[in-house]
Amino acid sequence: MKYLALAAGMLAASAAVAETPELTVYTYDSFVSDWGPGPVVEKAFEETCGCDLKFVGAGDGAALLARIKLEGERTDADVVLGLDTNLIAAAAETGLFAEHAVTADYDMPVDWTDPHFVPYDWGLFAFVHNADRDAPANFRALADSDLKIVIQDPRSSTPGLGLLLWVKAAYGDEARAIWDGLADNIVTVTKGWSEAYGLFLEGEADMVLSYTTSPAYHVIAEEDTSKAAAMFDEGHLAQIEVAGVLASSDQKDLAGAFLQFMVTEAFQSAIPTTNWMYPVVVPEAGLPEGFGDLPAPDRVLLAPVDSAAAMRDEALAEWLDALSQ
Amino acid sequence: MAGRAEPVSAAPGLGAAAAVAALILGALVAVFLRAEPGAGLSAADWAAVRFTLVQAALSAAISVALAVPVARALARRRFAGRRVLITLLGAPFILPVIVAVLGLVAVFGRNGWVNAALGWAGVDPVSIYGLHGVVLAHVFFNLPLATRLILQGWQEIPAERFRLAAQLGAGPRAIGRLLERPMLLRVAPGALAVIFAICLTSFAVALTLGGGPRATTIELAIYQAFHFDFDLARAALLSCIQILLTGAAALAALRAARGEGFGAGLGRPVQRWDADRTGLRLLDAAVIAVAALFLILPLAAVVLRGLPGLLALPGVVVAAALTSIVVAAASTVLLLVLALPMAASVAMGRARGVEMAGLLGMAVSPLVIGTGLFILINPVANPFALALPVTAAVNALMALPFALRILVPRARDIVARHGRLALSLNMGGWPFARRVMLPGLRPQIGFAAGLGAALSMGDLGVIALFADTGRATLPLQVYRLMGAYRMEAAAGAALLLLVLSMAAFWLLDRGGRYHAEA
Repeated sequence: MKYLALAAGMLAASAAVAETPELTVYTYDSFVSDWGPGPVVEKAFEETCGCDLKFVGAGDGAALLARIKLEGERTDADVVLGLDTNLIAAAAETGLFAEHAVTADYDMPVDWTDPHFVPYDWGLFAFVHNADRDAPANFRALADSDLKIVIQDPRSSTPGLGLLLWVKAAYGDEARAIWDGLADNIVTVTKGWSEAYGLFLEGEADMVLSYTTSPAYHVIAEEDTSKAAAMFDEGHLAQIEVAGVLASSDQKDLAGAFLQFMVTEAFQSAIPTTNWMYPVVVPEAGLPEGFGDLPAPDRVLLAPVDSAAAMRDEALAEWLDALSQ
Repeated sequence: MAGRAEPVSAAPGLGAAAAVAALILGALVAVFLRAEPGAGLSAADWAAVRFTLVQAALSAAISVALAVPVARALARRRFAGRRVLITLLGAPFILPVIVAVLGLVAVFGRNGWVNAALGWAGVDPVSIYGLHGVVLAHVFFNLPLATRLILQGWQEIPAERFRLAAQLGAGPRAIGRLLERPMLLRVAPGALAVIFAICLTSFAVALTLGGGPRATTIELAIYQAFHFDFDLARAALLSCIQILLTGAAALAALRAARGEGFGAGLGRPVQRWDADRTGLRLLDAAVIAVAALFLILPLAAVVLRGLPGLLALPGVVVAAALTSIVVAAASTVLLLVLALPMAASVAMGRARGVEMAGLLGMAVSPLVIGTGLFILINPVANPFALALPVTAAVNALMALPFALRILVPRARDIVARHGRLALSLNMGGWPFARRVMLPGLRPQIGFAAGLGAALSMGDLGVIALFADTGRATLPLQVYRLMGAYRMEAAAGAALLLLVLSMAAFWLLDRGGRYHAEA
């Protein structure tokens, strides 16, 4: 353990006193990766704020909330960016988040009135398939077909939990029956989105749970039009990703300015082709080519924010039960 | 120290073992102390424990059972490419799980090569998903390790024994009874315990191929408790169950693995007159061919998949590769600093506790140990700043059990053989360690260091918890690339990772066997 002590010592010695204020934003890993929005956003915000914006990646959305709970009031974070609608209730319950004063004219399929959190992008869960095959029009048709699907485990991944709540929001008490019907279509349940999508691209399944915007990636980045998202007539569950300021932050004004910046052109225009989600405020130039051609679902579902936790536990119990048979 | 004379002191080893145990148990206690009273263990958690035990026992038994004929074939044959094959045996073990799984899927999946071949033959496709998929993947990962560990047992039988056996006219059966079976009884239990423990903490494999509620491992239950419910008490409890199970397996193995070594020979090359029969030759050739295909086909799939992406790797991947190399080097040094004194003190016949402490590293879920260290470090320093040192340290702890399994048997032989002479020459302590022990252990040190470096290179483990923007290891970048839909670049980065891991393993392993015949 000498090594640790040594490293700590070296670090303390080399830590220069920061002249400019530093804003620390905790976010999920893919946001800060070189292919995510992080680098673009950092550059744009630092041009105007006279500060040093520091992103810290901490796993995925669920890991992010666990991290904040772990650190509690002692956290270095000023802003947490990357929680989603399913985590908002749990996050607000911790009492660690301050209220915000951001106003914006959102282009979202739902109204936004949450006092603690500001949305920065949104997406719709959907099954992605190869465009050359006919897709089922709803969950019942999928369950009756012999199509093979790959899904993610709701206990370890955000999309996996999204699918659970999607079925629950669409079918309520009948959700259990839907899962019973889907059980024989499921090839496997993976730990995270990457594994599932990788298996789908390898041809191991006909469809994979992802987002309606996934085909846009293949069009824009690979000029590949062979993927499509299946439109379901019971509607698609929206996943809205949000950010909030921590009550313990010593840079509250700066953090508030960052949230306000988040819903402006510079931030929002980076979202579609780096995070592959819809912006909450459509940029002046409109959506990039490839996004415009995406089919829009007839209905958008939203899991109730306040009872999300109870609904989640019930849905998980049903899912476990149905798939353990 | 103790009243009796000893060529090397057991004290440094005891100290190292105590440090390891303190660090791991300290991390666990930290998680417990930070926990609020939670829901306790549910029925689903117990189901996870049951499933984990079943798949780990199956995987360990099958891996070791299959490894025995492979190791025997490799031990009694010399052929062109044998060394390359033995080095390649290290490869599956050090691949990041996701990469290996995609390689396996390319071969055994619904659209894989095997099913394509079966389709031509008019046979129904075979599914890789479910419990048998989990076991298949685990055997793919662990058969090579089991083979290496058991092969080492064969190589520790001195050439003179085979010579004497041949002189007495012993055939393959007699040699099996007199030399090979006693050796296997010494080596196999340790290999079983190590692989059982690896499969206990398996997470990603089980989840990708056997995923779903029916196949929940303890590791997933820990993940769920921590991330989904933020129930630290449950995470720590589950981690304790993991430690108990691994500890029980280890105790059983250590108890079973007693037995005399064969002493040392003069180090001349082994000749096997007993194996010089056409039937045995064909058998060995077939065994080696099948094992090689089973291991090399998925690797070939990884290579083929990665080549197009390798030419267009983003700059950050190169930076991440350098980070990984530094972490692996630090981790390897720390591993040897811990493992050598511990192996020496076990060899002195003291302290079974030392071996148990060594096994702890593998028994604790990386998530729990990472969280525990995070809780410990957070009040005094910035955990993100320490991400890489912590990763290196945890990787060293994870590799410790393997290093001990590799070092201990040989260290025992050295002490048994040279200990008395050294004492009569009054050459104890450091001179003995430097002039007798370390040179004698050289091949084993090389193998252990190579394994440690390669494991560290391919490990995602704790870095995912502590990741910072500027400091990502290569496995983490592979995941980031996949997360950004860039599967081709991810495959290229995975191939780079495979090459780096293999290179580290080969360099250290070869360095240890400069003129040793192995």
